Amino acid sequence: MISIKRRSLGDFIGDIVIYAVMTILALLMVIPFIYVIAASFAKESEIQTRPLFLWPEQPTLAAYKKVFDMNDMGPTVFRSLGVSIGVTLVGTIINMLFTTTMAYGLSRKDLVGKGPILKMVMFTMVFSGGMIPTFLVVRALGMYDTFTALILPGAISAYNMLIVRNFFMGLPIELEEAAAIDGCSEIGIFFKIALPLSMPVIATFSLFYGVGHWNDYMASLIYIDDQKKYPFTLVLRSLVMQNAEEMTEGELPPSDTLKMAVIVIGTIPILCVYPFLQKHFAAGTMVGAVKG
Amino acid sequence: MAKAQKIVLTPEEKAHQKVRRRAQIKRDRWIYLLLLPGFLYFIIFKIVPMYGVLIAFKDYYAPSQFFGPGFSEFGKDWVGFENFRLFLTDSSFWMLLRNTLIISGMNIIFFFPLPIVMALLLNEMKVQWYKKAIQTLVYVPHFVSMVVVFSITYVLLRAPAAKESGGAIYEIVKTLNGGNGVDIMQDKIAIYWVVLLQNVWKETGWGTIIFLAALAGVDVEQYEAAIVDGANRWQQLIYITLPAITGTIVTMLILRMGSVLNTGYEQLILLKNSGNADSIQTFDTYVYFQGMQGGEYGYTTAVSLFKSIISIIFIQSANAIAKHAGQEGLY
Repeated sequence: MISIKRRSLGDFIGDIVIYAVMTILALLMVIPFIYVIAASFAKESEIQTRPLFLWPEQPTLAAYKKVFDMNDMGPTVFRSLGVSIGVTLVGTIINMLFTTTMAYGLSRKDLVGKGPILKMVMFTMVFSGGMIPTFLVVRALGMYDTFTALILPGAISAYNMLIVRNFFMGLPIELEEAAAIDGCSEIGIFFKIALPLSMPVIATFSLFYGVGHWNDYMASLIYIDDQKKYPFTLVLRSLVMQNAEEMTEGELPPSDTLKMAVIVIGTIPILCVYPFLQKHFAAGTMVGAVKG
Repeated sequence: MAKAQKIVLTPEEKAHQKVRRRAQIKRDRWIYLLLLPGFLYFIIFKIVPMYGVLIAFKDYYAPSQFFGPGFSEFGKDWVGFENFRLFLTDSSFWMLLRNTLIISGMNIIFFFPLPIVMALLLNEMKVQWYKKAIQTLVYVPHFVSMVVVFSITYVLLRAPAAKESGGAIYEIVKTLNGGNGVDIMQDKIAIYWVVLLQNVWKETGWGTIIFLAALAGVDVEQYEAAIVDGANRWQQLIYITLPAITGTIVTMLILRMGSVLNTGYEQLILLKNSGNADSIQTFDTYVYFQGMQGGEYGYTTAVSLFKSIISIIFIQSANAIAKHAGQEGLY
C-alpha cells in the first residue's frame, strides 16, 4: 500500500511539473503574436515607453487607417495583397491538380513505366540542380518577372505527391471497377470517385500548399523584379526595414505601430485557415510521412 | 526467403509479353494523360536543371547589371574544375564552412532534441482537451511566414535609430546591462542565438508531430504490464516509450546529418546586415548573393554542386553508421 501511495504522489508532482512546463512553453509561442497585435492597436508613444505589453492602454485604429488609406500606403498594400491572394488561389489549384493527377496515375498497380517515373521523382528528392540552373530554365521559358514563375516551378512537392499516392493506393479498387463497368471513363473515375473519396487529404494538402504560397518570400525575391508585382511578403519586409536614415528629407519613417499592423495583416489569413488545417493533420494524414 | 529465380522467356513468350504490354498501355491511355502534367513538370523543372548543372564547369557569368536588357551573358567556355579550385582556395571558403557548421551544429545540439522532449511531455498529458489546446498553440508558429518571424524579431531587437527608441527586447537588455544597449541584430556572436531561437520558436511544436505519431503506435498493454511489474513512470519512459521512438529519432537524425551543409535561404538572407554578414553568410546564402545578385552563374553552381555532393556523402555515411549500430536506417 505504501509503495503505491508514494508512487501516485510522485506521479502527481510529475504531472504538475509537466502541465506547468507545457503551459509556459505554449504561452511563449503565442506571446510574440499577442504583443504584435496589441502594439498594432496601441499609440506610438505607448510602444516607445512600455517595453512589453499584451494589451494597449488606449486602443486605436490609427495604424490600420493609415495602412489602408488610399492616399497613403493603401495602393501598395492593396496591390500586394491582391498579388498574394491571386498567386495563392491559382497556385494552390495548379498544385493540387498536378499533384493529384500524377499521384493517381502512379497509384495504378500495373501501369507500364510506373517504376522509372517513381525512381525519377525520388531522385529529385535527393539531388537537385540548385538555385541557379533552375533560375536559368525558368528565365529561358520567358517566365522571369511573371506570376507563372511563382506558380509553375513549384507545382509539385515530390514529398506531398508521394503521400497522396499512398492514400490513393489505399482506396478500394472495387469502387473504381464498378464505375468502369457502369461505363465511366478513367478520367471520370478520377474526378467523380477518387477525388471525392479523398477530401481530407485534398483539404490538408491544399492548405499546406496555400500556406506555402502565402508565406513565399524566396521565389518572389528571385523571380519578381517589377515592384508593382511584389507580393505582400516583399512589401512587408521592405516596410519593416525602412528606418529613419533611409528616408528622404521631410518623410517620416513608418512608425512601429504601422509595422505591427502590417505584420498582423500578413498573418491573419494564416490564423483564419489554421483551425481547419489543424483538424486534419492530427487525423493521421501525416503518419504515413514518417518514413517517406 | 529463397531468391526469386530469373525466368528465361522463350521467344514466343517474349512476343506475347510485348503484345500484352501494348494492350496495357492502350488500356491505360487516359491514365497517361492524367500523369502528363506532373511528368512534364518533373522533366522541365527538375531534370533539365540537373543537366544545367554542367555550367559549373563553364566560365559562365552575367555582367553586373544582369537585370538589364537582353540578359547578355559572357564566357561560355569549358574550364574544367577551375570554378571548384577557385572556390576551395578562396579565402571566404573557410568563413562559409565555419558559419555553416556553427549554425547547423547549434541546431543539431540545441534544437534537435527539443521536439523529442516536447513530444514526450505531450505524451504524458492525459487530460485530452488540455493537450489538444496546447498542441494547437505550439503548432501555430510553423505556419507563419519567415518574413513575419523576421519582422517580429526586428521590431523587438532593433537598436534605436534617429527619432525612434529601440525595440522592446533591446530596451530590456539595455536596462539589464546597466544602460549599455547591445545591437543584437548587428552582433557577430549574438546573431547565432537569434538564428537558433527563431528556429526553436517556429519549428519545435511542429517537430513533435512525427514523434507523437510514433508514440501513438505504442501498445497500451505494454504500459499496463509494466505497471503490474511495478515499473514507475521514469522506468516506463526509459524501457517502453524511448525504445518505441528510437527508430524515428535515428531516421530524423540521419536526414538532419545529410543536410548539415543546408542552412536554408530565407531566414539568413533576411537576417543578414552589414554587421553580421561575416557570421551568418553560409554556402546557401553565398550562392544566392554571388549568383543571383552578382551574376556569377558558373561559379555559384559549382559551389552548390560541391555542397550537394558532400551532402549525399554525409547522408550515406550517416545511414551506414546507423545500420552498423543495429538501427534500421533510411533504406
